Amino acid sequence: MGFLEVKDLKVHFPIKGGIFGRTVDHVKAVDGVSFTLEKGKTYGLVGESGSGKSTTGRAIIGLNKITSGNVTFEGNDITANNRSRASFRKDIQMIFQDPYSSLNPKKRVIDLVAEPLRNFEKLSRKEERIRVQELLELVGLSPESILKYPHEFSGGQRQRIGIARAVALKPKLIIADEPVSALDVSVQAQVLNFMQEIQNELDLTYLFISHDLGVIKHMCDHIGIMYKGRFVEEGTANEIFESPQHIYTKRLVAAIPEIDPHKREELKKFRLEVNTEYEQAYNDYFDEEGLAYGLKPISDTHLVALPEKG
Amino acid sequence: MAEKLLEIKNLKTSFRIRDEYHAAVDDVTLTVNKNEVLAIVGESGCGKSALAFSIMGLHTRAKIEGNILFKGEDIANVAPSKLNKLRGKNMGMIFQDPLTALNPLMKIGDQIGEAILLHNNTLSKSQRREKVVNLLQKVGIPRPEHVFEQYPHELSGGMRQRVVIATAIANEPELLIADEPTTALDVTIQSQILDLIKDLKDDMDSGIVLITHDLGVVAEMADRVAVMYAGQIVEVGDVLTLFEEPLHPYTRSLFNSIPNAHGTQDKLHVIQGIVPALQNLPRSGCRFAPRIPWIDEAAHEEQPILHEVKPGHFVRCTCYKHFKFPEETKEEQHHGVS
Repeated sequence: MGFLEVKDLKVHFPIKGGIFGRTVDHVKAVDGVSFTLEKGKTYGLVGESGSGKSTTGRAIIGLNKITSGNVTFEGNDITANNRSRASFRKDIQMIFQDPYSSLNPKKRVIDLVAEPLRNFEKLSRKEERIRVQELLELVGLSPESILKYPHEFSGGQRQRIGIARAVALKPKLIIADEPVSALDVSVQAQVLNFMQEIQNELDLTYLFISHDLGVIKHMCDHIGIMYKGRFVEEGTANEIFESPQHIYTKRLVAAIPEIDPHKREELKKFRLEVNTEYEQAYNDYFDEEGLAYGLKPISDTHLVALPEKG
Repeated sequence: MAEKLLEIKNLKTSFRIRDEYHAAVDDVTLTVNKNEVLAIVGESGCGKSALAFSIMGLHTRAKIEGNILFKGEDIANVAPSKLNKLRGKNMGMIFQDPLTALNPLMKIGDQIGEAILLHNNTLSKSQRREKVVNLLQKVGIPRPEHVFEQYPHELSGGMRQRVVIATAIANEPELLIADEPTTALDVTIQSQILDLIKDLKDDMDSGIVLITHDLGVVAEMADRVAVMYAGQIVEVGDVLTLFEEPLHPYTRSLFNSIPNAHGTQDKLHVIQGIVPALQNLPRSGCRFAPRIPWIDEAAHEEQPILHEVKPGHFVRCTCYKHFKFPEETKEEQHHGVS
């Protein structure tokens, strides 16, 4: 039994058209995705923009309506978008991409961080203040800053306020949607280190969504690669980066710039080879609509979307 | 000897904040040769973009001192009418944010066509159209005839960035300034765009100033690298030297703070503190000193200058000789005890 199980998840958005605004077609943002998160581990969801990785994360937490499929959290079905979900909302929290637009500029830090507490726990003013100060200390901000507004903080500090909000209710799972993409390299290092620290401290599980493969490799134990709403490959970080099997993953991994100017020519040649292979083998790896096939296991942990016939 | 295309001499770009001028680019001297990629690296707020905007003459209210020589002619503080003859023709710029760099009310084809029209009005409308379609094709846009008629909002981020690049290279500039050209893009598109910029260099012998904070991109693209901190160049050298033997504490800290898909660090190095705001920049002493407080004050120079440690490899301040990461120091102490 997995900690969080996603089974054949589909999220389709209707395209309205005609004078009556009838649904004429669907955008299949997520089209049959299954994966399992292990407790205390970090699962990375990778893909280009538009591949459906963010939609998957948002669907799990309930920000996007699930068209079909199942999400099971600690053995309980949380797919249905109704009140029975409420009890799980506490356990699953989200860190958003942009620390500039995800905090209400008119609220003070104490109100921002206390908001989730007020929703779920009945605390007195004094207790609340103490909890918020503890949380701020946890994320490395001074407890005196509770009366400040978001604009008084730098990008990295804001992202920490976002994290303080996310961990306020002691969640078990955190969905982090591009948590460091908007940050500078040195601040990024700070936030990533910090996320790892609180993971150990609070025994957190992360679903880490990013397009930055360097960050993904640094953070994740397991990785799923998405393309057009489907998985093309899933495996441990090592399997994905050292022996990618699907042509799409190969191309993605080959495109990562290497921090070694000596390897420039070698890498250029390798990329050219992979690109040629990608173009030639595209039809073998994707169906008529350009979608990936179902995942087939090639080892215990490594699954690849290979065509039906060998 | 390589041919000098752009020479920046003692450039100082200052902005007015509360009636006082503060230098965002402080005494920068750099050269860019033909057929060369010069990468400028640093965190945001280090003055990279301010430098690029100064070269292109895009600051409207800044005080610019020093010289910017483009093919021997000083273009610092010249009238916009004179600059306009160069901008877009001899000098092109790729802007960071493709969404704000494009006019949302103009068709893609017309935007690129405008750049051509302004510098060459001898072409007929159909010739211009043909040229634009060729450019779109060159930057790897599928169905260029169709995209010609589209508006920016109809294109994805990667496609928009390609349109910005097509506009920048429309008149085959001798100098191309690329300000974070691939920051917002996925890796596969990033590598295509970088290849495109490389082709431009090889085909047209252009000089390229590449501004980025991605050291992977630098490793793949640059011939020479300049590292900027707080408005100053702290280290310059050719790409191989700089990656094999980075000397300045700031350069070394940057290298250690990046999660790399090919590396295996457990913990990333965090550079203490933040880049100070413009009006709070320390104007004397080593500007990086506050962020490496464990280094003895005596290690810094009083007025740090660039020292040539090897031909072509310059480092500012003497603190690099004594610099160690805190982890390294701890290990040494540990060994000393045991």
